[in-house]
Amino acid sequence: LVCLCFHPGAGQDVGRSCILVSIAGKNVMLDCGMHMGYNDDRRFPDFSYITQNGRLTDFLDCVIISHFHLDHCGALPYFSEMVGYDGPIYMTHPTKAICPILLEDYRKITVDKKGETNFFTSQMIKDCMKKVVAVHLHQTVQVDEELEIKAYYAGHVLGAAMFQIKVGCESVVYTGDYNMTPDRHLGAAWIDKCRPDLLISESTYATTIRDSKRCRERDFLKKVHETVERGGKVLIPVFALGRAQELCILLETFWERMNLKAPIYFSTGLTEKANHYYKLFITWTNQKIRKTFVQRNMFEFKHIKAFDRAFADNPGPMVVFATPGMLHAGQSLQIFRKWAGNEKNMVIMPGYCVQGTVGHKILSGQRKLEMEGRQILEVKMQVEYMSFSAHADAKGIMQLIRQAEPRNVLLVHGEAKKMEFLKQKIEQEFHVSCYMPANGETTTIFTNPSIPVDISLGLLKRETAIGLLPDAKKPKLMHGTLIMKDNSFRLVSPEQALKELGLAEHQLRFTCRVHIQDPRKEHETVLRVYNHLKGVLKDYSVQHLPDGSITVESILIQATAHSEDQGTKVLLVSWTYQDEELGSYLTSLLKKGLPQSTA
Amino acid sequence: FFQYCLSGHPTLPCNVLKFKSTTIMLDCGLDMTSTLNFLPMPLVQSPRLSKLPGWVLKDGSTFLDKELKECTGHVFVDSVPEFCLPETELLDLSTVDVILISNYHCMMALPYITEYTGFTGTVYATEPTVQIGRLLMEELVNSIERVPKAQSASMWKNKEVQRLLPAPLKDAVEVSMWRKCYTMPEVNAALSKIQLVGYSQKIELFGAVQVTPLSSGYALGSSNWIIQSHYEKVSYVSGSSLLTTHPQPMDQASLKNSDVLILTGLTQIPTANPDGMVGEFCSNLAMTVRNGGNVLVPCYPSGVIYDLLECLYQYIDSAGLSNVPFYFISPVANSSLEFSQIFAEWLCHNKQTKVYLPEPPFPHAELIQTNKLKHYPSIHGDFSNDFKQPCVVFTGHPSLRFGDVVHFMELWGKSSLNTVIFTEPDFSYLDALAPYQPLAMKCVYCPIDTRLNFIQVSKLLKEVQPLHVVCPEQYTQPPPTQSHRTDLMIDCQPPPMSYRRAEVLTLPYKRRYEKIEIMPELADSLVPLEIKPGISLATVSAVLHTKDNKHVLQLPPKPPQPPASKKRKRVSDDVPECKPLKPLLSGSIPVDQFVQTLEKHGFSDVKVEDTAKGHIVLLQEAETLIQIEEDSTHIICDNDEPLRVKLRDLVLKFLQKF
Repeated sequence: LVCLCFHPGAGQDVGRSCILVSIAGKNVMLDCGMHMGYNDDRRFPDFSYITQNGRLTDFLDCVIISHFHLDHCGALPYFSEMVGYDGPIYMTHPTKAICPILLEDYRKITVDKKGETNFFTSQMIKDCMKKVVAVHLHQTVQVDEELEIKAYYAGHVLGAAMFQIKVGCESVVYTGDYNMTPDRHLGAAWIDKCRPDLLISESTYATTIRDSKRCRERDFLKKVHETVERGGKVLIPVFALGRAQELCILLETFWERMNLKAPIYFSTGLTEKANHYYKLFITWTNQKIRKTFVQRNMFEFKHIKAFDRAFADNPGPMVVFATPGMLHAGQSLQIFRKWAGNEKNMVIMPGYCVQGTVGHKILSGQRKLEMEGRQILEVKMQVEYMSFSAHADAKGIMQLIRQAEPRNVLLVHGEAKKMEFLKQKIEQEFHVSCYMPANGETTTIFTNPSIPVDISLGLLKRETAIGLLPDAKKPKLMHGTLIMKDNSFRLVSPEQALKELGLAEHQLRFTCRVHIQDPRKEHETVLRVYNHLKGVLKDYSVQHLPDGSITVESILIQATAHSEDQGTKVLLVSWTYQDEELGSYLTSLLKKGLPQSTA
Repeated sequence: FFQYCLSGHPTLPCNVLKFKSTTIMLDCGLDMTSTLNFLPMPLVQSPRLSKLPGWVLKDGSTFLDKELKECTGHVFVDSVPEFCLPETELLDLSTVDVILISNYHCMMALPYITEYTGFTGTVYATEPTVQIGRLLMEELVNSIERVPKAQSASMWKNKEVQRLLPAPLKDAVEVSMWRKCYTMPEVNAALSKIQLVGYSQKIELFGAVQVTPLSSGYALGSSNWIIQSHYEKVSYVSGSSLLTTHPQPMDQASLKNSDVLILTGLTQIPTANPDGMVGEFCSNLAMTVRNGGNVLVPCYPSGVIYDLLECLYQYIDSAGLSNVPFYFISPVANSSLEFSQIFAEWLCHNKQTKVYLPEPPFPHAELIQTNKLKHYPSIHGDFSNDFKQPCVVFTGHPSLRFGDVVHFMELWGKSSLNTVIFTEPDFSYLDALAPYQPLAMKCVYCPIDTRLNFIQVSKLLKEVQPLHVVCPEQYTQPPPTQSHRTDLMIDCQPPPMSYRRAEVLTLPYKRRYEKIEIMPELADSLVPLEIKPGISLATVSAVLHTKDNKHVLQLPPKPPQPPASKKRKRVSDDVPECKPLKPLLSGSIPVDQFVQTLEKHGFSDVKVEDTAKGHIVLLQEAETLIQIEEDSTHIICDNDEPLRVKLRDLVLKFLQKF
């Protein structure tokens, strides 16, 4: 009944995501990201946190990857092949398709270009991907008999998903990165009212409430247009998949409309491939693109051409999309170094940059950068930041909480100060507990689930039939016996329980002698008693039987003359233990005597 | 638990299941074989068809000659073709809560149901089913609407008149219910009521029932359905395939432990092997083209055509057909080819792997790129300029009654060089060809039906072991034309329950339990007692709440505090309010110990007498007597409540409560 959350990775740090959740005895690792800002051991999560002795495969029931960004899946081959994990890894189809390509790309930069050793190999990426099980949206995947997971659409990037993890009545939802507003190529994240015990939400933009998308787009186009008009070059560092496609669609339609001639390039390698993925996984894009793809596929660009290194030195204006997005390595960094010295040029950062990257430095105003070999690079080009990265802003996070109605919220993947603000807001508005653990910290959340049992249909029908009586104001008590046997719980009627266990019922009966002063004949006394009881016990079935006895429900009353005193009658009141209260009440009622002669 | 059967066609089913408190329609198939009774609708004026003589009754009366035409001994209705709808009178269809669709062929009657019966529920189907289903409907509407036909024959439907007609018109069922095709606005309205679902997605209906689509392996997005509550499970198997073609393989494991398995949509050609048929298809095609003839393949715009194109892709180079143009003509040809490439997640493993590369999953992308396959919305426009013979044309409709195929039948029918190859199994090819006779062109019948055959069915049933099997009556006897083939029927134990059109079937199962939730506070308050090793009991007295078909047990509320004001109570105020809920008792009372206990509690004059069945314990002074037997105890005393209560509690100590 405890939900344990533990972060060898994420938590108050946008660097990388890796969260361990223990729910009802099951251990699930959520994402397996690496930190882009480090080049040493710190880039991978410390998996010895998870289990010191024993294999990860034995400890973890499954691993879930939310989307293909490296800060969510970059450490996966290291984790599965170098540390060692052979259990199932779940991700959506597009993520499964794209993830190995980004991993290979990243490996090439690190090993082939920077010459690092002690890194995962191509073969390891392949072996790792063999352990991946692809899931559909909304498919309930039964990991084992008790543990089930379900993916929801998250927007953000192609194939991004939020995951519900469920064991019995207890559940956790992990959002990964998500986006609550549709953009030019993806739809908005959506989840049903699944009321998880815990919602683990990213909070990259915890305090930001971004202005309308349209304004940002107009702003972006204006800046690009102005730079190109004055003959400058525009560098847009992007990751190959995601924002790149959105901005390409934006520029493509703008170029078409304005009839612009300046070339737009997309750095080679991944580009064409990337667009292919979008074409083949078009069901994951937004409705508009999906509806019109037969007539016009939005990912076939007319104005955007493949980039060649030599083009960087070409005179005249141009726009270049280059990878990677944080200017920490590769082609985007090369082009940046070439163009940085010219104030006519512009670099537009369309997304978040992790601390330690060149992108982060120039965004925080640094204009003199120390490059490799102590060389100082002076940045004269204009530096612009535009938040196009598709994370939910504060409004979006609140919206998701409203949709899912969690009992607890846990914020990860954000900066402490901003998260604190959001935490207060969440606690105020939704009256749920909100946690924001630090890196490596464990959060324990107690859940108190109700227990499902099997109720015999006979008992249930009997009870619902009683419940249908007009007097619905008073809650009716239902009485049953819970049989607990081999972990199965069954609620049956007491009679059935006795029968099943082969036990006989023991009848406990009481018979009380009540003395009444009444000189009349016996049958007249009985009649008086009958009238009296009928008058008082309006809600009960009181009957006068032909043999001279009276019944109140199943209680039997018989009258005999007193052996010695003719003026006294003896009433024998007899009831079983099940009628104890009524029987006891009747004797005390009769003891008070009969009302003086009723008319 | 009832099943209403609204369609007599085993592969185009329409059943309604009453399961718990929900009404669920399973599929919405449209029987289009009725169109075979109509004359083809040529795109271009056909002198042959327009000159057909009117039909004259035996007695010479000619009042039907405008409606019915005679062609080589067959009689056809000269009118817009009409379809045989599912039964709409058997139950009030406005009470249907949900419709579950298993594949795109089984949803063609949807607009008739959703738009004309007062239906207000939801339809569930997978995304490929909806997208391709829409294409099939679009093609159907388009091919009928583009040939405006003024005449609408109705006189022949009169029961008295129909009796006089020759077979098969005479025997056609429910002709008064036959309807013209729906329109695009009706299609759009119907499709807007569909909610998309994915395989293995659990969908809750009113808290009482859960439905789940499973991959059925037959077509893109085709599904079987599990309809279950916590205690009953009905599997609806409709159009399934165990062959490896392009769709995701069939999920068999999830069908296990069914109380009832409804089995429909088996192969219509149980004697033909699909692989062999594909081989024959290719060789006939090659032979015709080599001899300078054209090949016509009447087909649906989606489904088997993808597999045929893939086979041809591998076959044409080796067969020396690289220069022969392939034409795919349908108003939805382009859409169908494009859509087939974007459903990676619904495809078989091999095709999925291709998408990861990323490459289009179907090779027809390459056929199009290399100009070997060309697609056109119709024979008009670009096609007439590009058209080169000899060629291969894929076009609809397989009934040969409407669509571009009618034109090619008229165009190529007179030459014995040409061949028409039937691959779709839904229509008898001889009936389809009847209004085109006499024909010179070759006719080849290569029906490709990948759905389950009877051998596969019996294997499947052995595997999943349902308690009961329910199927259309056609599957419980050999086909009428092959009555000796007792292997061509379902053989299982207990024998299947069969249904036929307009029949109501009571499904055999008995529920004994229901799910209920015990709230944590109540659970904490329970005191379990181990009665036998491994078996514990706890008595539960709780308040039952039922909402949205979910039952919850809560702690009973604390009794309200008596009002502070001390008004004079009337007698009736004391009447016990709640029905007393005392537990049942069990066990027996050991007399010796009981007497000791009595003495401990101050009864000094206890006397025990033996009786035939037990003992009588006498408390002389109190004039009280306690009869103790194996299964009963009777306390007889004067009206001394404190004494009685004391004795009661002492007795209870020896007994177990339930």
